[in-house]
Amino acid sequence: MNSISRRKFLKITGFSVGAAATVSALSPIINGSEKINKVKVKGIQKIPTYCDICFWKCGAIAYLKDGQLWKVEGHPNDPLSKGRLCPRGTGGVGAHYDPDRLRSPLIRTRERGEEKWKEVTWNEALDYIATKMNKIKTSYGPESVAFFSHGIGGNFLKHTLKAFGVNNISAPSYAQCRGPRDVGFELTFGDGVGSPERTDIENAKCLVLIGSHLGENMHNSQVQEFANAVQNDSTIIVVDPRFSVAASKAKYYLPIKPGTDIALLLAWMNVIVKEKLYDVDYVKKYGFGFEQFAAEISPFTAEWAYTETGIDVELIKTTARVMAMNKPATLIHPGRHVTWYGDDAQRSRAIALLNALLGSWGRKGGFFFPSSYSIPAYPYPEYPTTKKEKVDNPDNKYPFAIEEITTGIREATITGNPYPIKGWFVYATNLLHALPNEEETIRAIQNLDLMVVVDVIPSEIAGWADVVLPESVYLERYDDLHASSFKETFVGIRQPVVESPADQKPNWWIAKKLAGKLGLGNYYPWEHVEEYLDHRLKAAGLSLDQLKKEGIIRGEKQPLYIEDGIEPEFATPSGKIEFYSLQLSNAGFDPVPKYTKPEEPPAGYFRLLFGRSPVHSFSRTQSNRILMDMMNENEVWVNSDIANRYGLSNGMYVKLKNQDGVVSNKIKIKVTERIRTDCVYMVHGFGHNSKMLKGAYGKGASDAQLITKYKTDPIMGGTGMNVNFVTFELEV
Amino acid sequence: MARFGMVIDTKKCVGCMDCVVACKTENNVPEGYNRDWIVTAANGKFPDIHLEIQTQRCNHCDYTPCVSCCPTGASHVEDFGKIVLVEHNKCIGCKACLAACPYDARFIHPDGYADKCTFCIHRVEKGELPACVSVCPTHCMYFGDLDDPNSEVSKLLASRKNHSLIPEAGTLPRIYYLT
Repeated sequence: MNSISRRKFLKITGFSVGAAATVSALSPIINGSEKINKVKVKGIQKIPTYCDICFWKCGAIAYLKDGQLWKVEGHPNDPLSKGRLCPRGTGGVGAHYDPDRLRSPLIRTRERGEEKWKEVTWNEALDYIATKMNKIKTSYGPESVAFFSHGIGGNFLKHTLKAFGVNNISAPSYAQCRGPRDVGFELTFGDGVGSPERTDIENAKCLVLIGSHLGENMHNSQVQEFANAVQNDSTIIVVDPRFSVAASKAKYYLPIKPGTDIALLLAWMNVIVKEKLYDVDYVKKYGFGFEQFAAEISPFTAEWAYTETGIDVELIKTTARVMAMNKPATLIHPGRHVTWYGDDAQRSRAIALLNALLGSWGRKGGFFFPSSYSIPAYPYPEYPTTKKEKVDNPDNKYPFAIEEITTGIREATITGNPYPIKGWFVYATNLLHALPNEEETIRAIQNLDLMVVVDVIPSEIAGWADVVLPESVYLERYDDLHASSFKETFVGIRQPVVESPADQKPNWWIAKKLAGKLGLGNYYPWEHVEEYLDHRLKAAGLSLDQLKKEGIIRGEKQPLYIEDGIEPEFATPSGKIEFYSLQLSNAGFDPVPKYTKPEEPPAGYFRLLFGRSPVHSFSRTQSNRILMDMMNENEVWVNSDIANRYGLSNGMYVKLKNQDGVVSNKIKIKVTERIRTDCVYMVHGFGHNSKMLKGAYGKGASDAQLITKYKTDPIMGGTGMNVNFVTFELEV
Repeated sequence: MARFGMVIDTKKCVGCMDCVVACKTENNVPEGYNRDWIVTAANGKFPDIHLEIQTQRCNHCDYTPCVSCCPTGASHVEDFGKIVLVEHNKCIGCKACLAACPYDARFIHPDGYADKCTFCIHRVEKGELPACVSVCPTHCMYFGDLDDPNSEVSKLLASRKNHSLIPEAGTLPRIYYLT
């Protein structure tokens, strides 16, 4: 039985790590597999690593046949993949062989965005960058360089930049993705949902997906657990304006009007509270402000919600009762990409509250308590203290922001307030597809003295850089250790399997070299990343040799639920689950989520919705020739009745024009019964216009291009992006 | 001797195409070609839709028009598992088998021979599952001996509602879909 709160435990270990010694003990370099394929080995070799086609970081085993990269499979001992990768991971070899990859460092020769370059040596590229960075430091201070990064590969560059004095560091995964969810849950439970999510899908007796399209959205462990839930006859409830694949597995499908989810959530809670179907003991024991909460939601009946959502009264009531019947093993999934309408933190809070009513937080089939393998950080010298505040959230404009806001840094770069931002470092995130309103991004870039992109492919954002640095793909490099919080503790390694085909370099090498050029060599007391990894592993009682062989080392099983004896703690002001949030009301926000009507589309326009394909990650994989063979362009989904009215037929090409007159690339029509008549849908990531990305150039349309409008969440700074409307242009 | 077949649970399948990708890498299927593929059939009027997703490939039929039409004997049924194969160096690329197959499961490989799903015989001979089955993240695919009443595939077919594709073609296909 575990009587220590897991959260507290993690905090304690985190603290002891931070306080560790600052002197490093050098360990000898290990002869690693980096050299392994200089001599081509006959026959089959299997080398464990972890995947990088998305951020899930599944354990994998790469196969070489006669020294050539052949295939990648899941690592059987990996708790995330359980030996089975998703289609993108299985297609990972295509990343190595992608003919459109960046091959050598590039320096811009013409105007930004013209994509005219000269190939340079690494020395020239890094000298150029270091000179410009030092100039910015002298004129404006090191805080005037900002870093945008996505994924674990950014760790070493982050280290170099922090050593330089950079404090404006951000990722679109917060303000353009999961931020509102994490804030909504923190405000309610005092803790976030995490990544991978702490959702116990496979044990849920009732699973509710709101706009979350598992199966199309291919987060491996989530989809595997979802399939188990389907097999176990879990009652699945899907709320989506589009009849998703997940909807086809559901017992109850609620074809909701886009933007009205909060009305549905309030009505569900209203039914559950009125009929006293909630977990009374749980709410009494752990809840704060329940009476006020109950009073706040009492007007919002199923009958009221019907007029907003278009969902039948009886369907609302029935699904509420089904959820209650299965409590506490009812999981209302918090979703992941939830920046939709600008009131997303409150919608996420409503989801958190519904879970709280059913007692699913901390319970089997709800939200488990995750834990991670404790590996001390490398004892680097301390970073210089930055003199200036971060620019992304001046005057605490978004009072409940818990991470840095990309679009806040962009705004500061445009306005020069609170101080100028003059340098951008962009690692593995295609900001032109990730941030709303690409014109603002370009305007910001035009104010820069230095714009560096580090990536494996020539993304659109690379086209706007001054210097482009080609990175080795994950199958060719080491990265930092992987020890995510999950159902069980583990540590995984990414190690090189094959050589890079040209002059690409691993991010750790780039980061270390740049540090050298900046006179920050003391921040890299190790020569090769193997020393760094071995040092960290030794501190945890493991070794690099062992991990390179095994790929994954699992820790001891940990208790997961309140049922296992975990006493939950809630890091909220009241120390309880906050049904009524005083900190929100004190800051001028609704203490209990309220519904606001969404804006209606202008006549002849349709709300633009977007989502994921199981065979692509963001805008990063469209030139992977294997994944391209699975899907080489996106389609716009149009309801059959609308298609008839506009004379649209399956397979014909149209352009989409948004409310601001922006016109997309041409895109194929998919006429379908699987979507409402008031919206259209497309898969995100297509419509590339980077000329260097030859395989993907001009194929399909980009939702990002059409997202000129966004609604910022006043609570946490997320950018709601499902607020754009499009119509069809038939001449293409 | 075994008679291999496949059972696919459409209730679990999400149509992610992992089976298609795994086949491509396992068997080095060239760019622009696939030995298996996904078909999604939606019926009904919004919001009352029924969706069935099928992963399709050569059905390794009991009655094989692709074999009987082959002028060179390249297209044949292996003794091992009754798997239908093409012997590449005997094939002249005449496309008779492409025309004979009711499932459109064959294509002409850029190297000039008729190509299609082999049930990953090179894996199955070693006691492994076909690549598509072994990779599936939803565990919706099952492979085994249809003649063995105790095999997982036989038990699933005995206990669950199922159908095959184009049974009216009379080729006695050996891939079944649980519904």
